Amino acid sequence: MNTDDTRLPRRTVLKWFAAAAAAMHLPDFRADAQAAPVKGYGTDPDIAKFYQPGAFWPLTFTPEQRKTATALADVILPKDDLGPAASEVRVQDYIDEWISAPYPVQQKDRDVIVPGLEWIEAESQKRFAKDFATLSGEQHRAICDDLCWAAEAKPEFKKGASFFAKFRTLAASAYYGTDAGWKALGYIGNVPLATFDGPPPEVLAKLGVEQTVK
Amino acid sequence: MPVITSSKTQPEYDVAIVGSGAGGGQMAYTLTLAGLKVVMLEAGRDYDPVMETAMFQRPEHSPLLGTGTPDKPGNFSDATIDGGWTVPGEPYTQASEKEAEQFWWWRPRMMGGRTNHWGRMSLRNGTHDFKPRSRDGLGFDWPIGYEDVEPYYTKVEMLIGVYGTNEGMENTPNSPPGVLLPAPKARAAELYMQKHAKTLGIPVIPIHRAVLTKPLDADTIPAKLHPGDARAQKIVADSMRARAACFWATDCHRGCNIKANYQSTTVHLPPAHATGNLDVVANAHAREIIIGANGKATGVLYIDKKTGREERVKAKAVVLAASSGETVRILLNSKSSAFPSGIANRSGLVGKYIMDTVGVSVSGQVPALENLPPHNEDGAGGPHSYIPWWLYQEQHAGKMNFARGYHVEFGGTRGMPGGRNPLPDDLGRGAYGTKFKEEARRYFGSMVGYTCRGEMVPNENCFAELDPQVKDKWGIPVLRWHWKWSDQELNMVAHAQKTFASIIEAMGGNVRSKPEAPIDAIDPGGKIIHEVGGALMGVDAEKSVCNGFNQTWDVKNLFLSDAAPFPSNADKNPTLTIMALAWRTGDYIIEQAKKGNL
Ligand SMILES: Cc1cc2nc3c(=O)[nH]c(=O)nc-3n(C[C@H](O)[C@H](O)[C@H](O)COP(=O)(O)OP(=O)(O)OC[C@H]3O[C@@H](n4cnc5c(N)ncnc54)[C@H](O)[C@@H]3O)c2cc1C
Ligand code: SF4
Repeated sequence: MNTDDTRLPRRTVLKWFAAAAAAMHLPDFRADAQAAPVKGYGTDPDIAKFYQPGAFWPLTFTPEQRKTATALADVILPKDDLGPAASEVRVQDYIDEWISAPYPVQQKDRDVIVPGLEWIEAESQKRFAKDFATLSGEQHRAICDDLCWAAEAKPEFKKGASFFAKFRTLAASAYYGTDAGWKALGYIGNVPLATFDGPPPEVLAKLGVEQTVK
Repeated sequence: MPVITSSKTQPEYDVAIVGSGAGGGQMAYTLTLAGLKVVMLEAGRDYDPVMETAMFQRPEHSPLLGTGTPDKPGNFSDATIDGGWTVPGEPYTQASEKEAEQFWWWRPRMMGGRTNHWGRMSLRNGTHDFKPRSRDGLGFDWPIGYEDVEPYYTKVEMLIGVYGTNEGMENTPNSPPGVLLPAPKARAAELYMQKHAKTLGIPVIPIHRAVLTKPLDADTIPAKLHPGDARAQKIVADSMRARAACFWATDCHRGCNIKANYQSTTVHLPPAHATGNLDVVANAHAREIIIGANGKATGVLYIDKKTGREERVKAKAVVLAASSGETVRILLNSKSSAFPSGIANRSGLVGKYIMDTVGVSVSGQVPALENLPPHNEDGAGGPHSYIPWWLYQEQHAGKMNFARGYHVEFGGTRGMPGGRNPLPDDLGRGAYGTKFKEEARRYFGSMVGYTCRGEMVPNENCFAELDPQVKDKWGIPVLRWHWKWSDQELNMVAHAQKTFASIIEAMGGNVRSKPEAPIDAIDPGGKIIHEVGGALMGVDAEKSVCNGFNQTWDVKNLFLSDAAPFPSNADKNPTLTIMALAWRTGDYIIEQAKKGNL
């Protein structure tokens, strides 16, 4: 295998092993003894269905958190020539679904995202006495410029910056998983074709290569 | 003929097969088309790839954008059901607490096993691969040679459909003319890499994968596979006509609802069912082989997972194809007065010499691939090109510090996005807003990754045994794994890391993976999901578990038809060889049955 998405961090999987092994050391070995500690979609969900956020577990953002998340997602992925704003493709719903999920990786992210949203809201009040969602572009930038690059953030913004990085990763993971995101990125595919002709001539020319499979 | 429940089984069958994956599927195909009455036990549920495959779902259509969870550890849309690195209620244990000494075991529980999800890489073992000990003095030779298996490689390729080319390279066999389907055109990053690898003396050629790049020739192939058997030909032709050619979209790991790639459930089982000679019991977990007073296997004892009851099927011969690890487990659990340490285990070698593939990956970023004009490179849903092992001569001349080869796998760079951030933080350098989108677009298509698929040398420290305490939810003892890499593998990893870095640099790119010591960089044992061995074939009943026909020395009507009998694990992915040997074993069973020898 190669292009498979099974490239999970080793630590994560080792934790799953540990959980499974611990479950099996319970005094009896009933079928449900090893079930995941929390209920997710189970090991046999209907994978041929098309789902919406909230299909398997309730979304948990408060209205305030949702407002902040929506605004921040749009600052990170605004409407522009490359495509719609994050909120137009419901990026906030995917982030909500993510942090509401009953799985360990997502629960850890929840502990970054929820306090982070509250922190950035407080920061907005502190600096501008306004809700984050109602700030001007310039005011948004004033805050986000302090957070956007964790490697260079000032000590007082380190925590905010690691929240920002996590939020940006989740927002981009969602945005680029949509049709509009694909267009923004330049991914063309997932459509049946009659033939596969390989890269077009302008791509070959730009790379200085020729097709070698005849 | 159908998938049935325990109460509907016949009083006796010619053959009972455990497992419905690559080995079991091929075995059922071969035996039923020849007229034998077969029952197949499958621990997982029945599965319908036509109705149950997620073909065109985007990440936005799946929970958590499709990313893995403990319930679905690969991707939400991939074709593994009720399993993965863990299976609820069916644990396995590790002898060591140390990470580097643990074994990862991937198990689905579904009709067709891992063949629904697999990567479809289908490379033949070469002449060297059957005689490794003769070449380098390590490990074991196979009791059979390439010439014994060659006709079966050809038959399997004709049946399942494999694309690729014949390059005539050392230990990288050609198929007979006309057998392979056309190779798909190479992708941009593959061509760019090919050009630069060449300057380093490294060949990049089309890979072989079990995907139909054009429809199978149902008018001529069946007669070649089943000469003189009109009924078999008709059944196989119908089954071939039910498969469409690849439409150049969707990831093969999800399975294929137009049946354009190989899965046991779309290629092997439909014709086997059509013969009317196959009963399949789903949710049937084989526990042990039943042994008769005459020392022969008389059938299989299994748990009906729906009722929780123990059930039995009777058969004149038994074939285990439960995946090599589970086959080992069934053998060890089949204890009797004749076989106190497990059936067919007089040699004491059942569970010994487990192998996986040596895996290590290096990723990089290549500026020349930035900002390419957007174009569709989905292609055949997996790799189109690869690097075959190219240093046989250097190795043979004693110039290298590891004995066996590796090949290199990689895909395109413009695969389906989503579920991950396309712009890593260090490249984005704080970008957000339109700048972020521009940078993401610029870098999309420029990230490359190369992964080593290498041959490990079998060693004494890699084995599986029954855990003395832990049992699964039906009270059946589970496997405990022992694992240790040797310098052979670690030296190979160091070589691969250096080679991949030099390829990336030759392309003018930058290596992105962290430099890691080989012992940290090597994928854990089992992680590549190519576990083989545990019941080696050989020429001597004292020193092996089976003969060259996958027939156990101790019980002559017991056959092992997965990778358990492999005495070595060539860098070539194992599944094509599993199928070729299953067909060969099937022919042998038919012949022996005719002679009354079982
Ligand atoms: C993601 C992925 C990618 C892969 N890519 C490649 C590749 O590109 N090329 C390659 O060659 N190989 C690849 N493989 C490996 C390949 O899938 C296996 O080599 C192949 O499927 C092995 O066939 P098998 O018949 O031995 O086992 P399986 O296909 O695993 O089938 C075994 C069956 O037996 C059943 N079973 C297990 N225990 C019992 C029991 N006690 N009773 C009854 N039934 C039981 C299982 O449920 C399963 O259905 C990949 C695997 C995965 C998961
Ligand atoms: S790429 Fe082709 S063979 Fe693979 S799943 Fe898609 S249509 Fe099927």
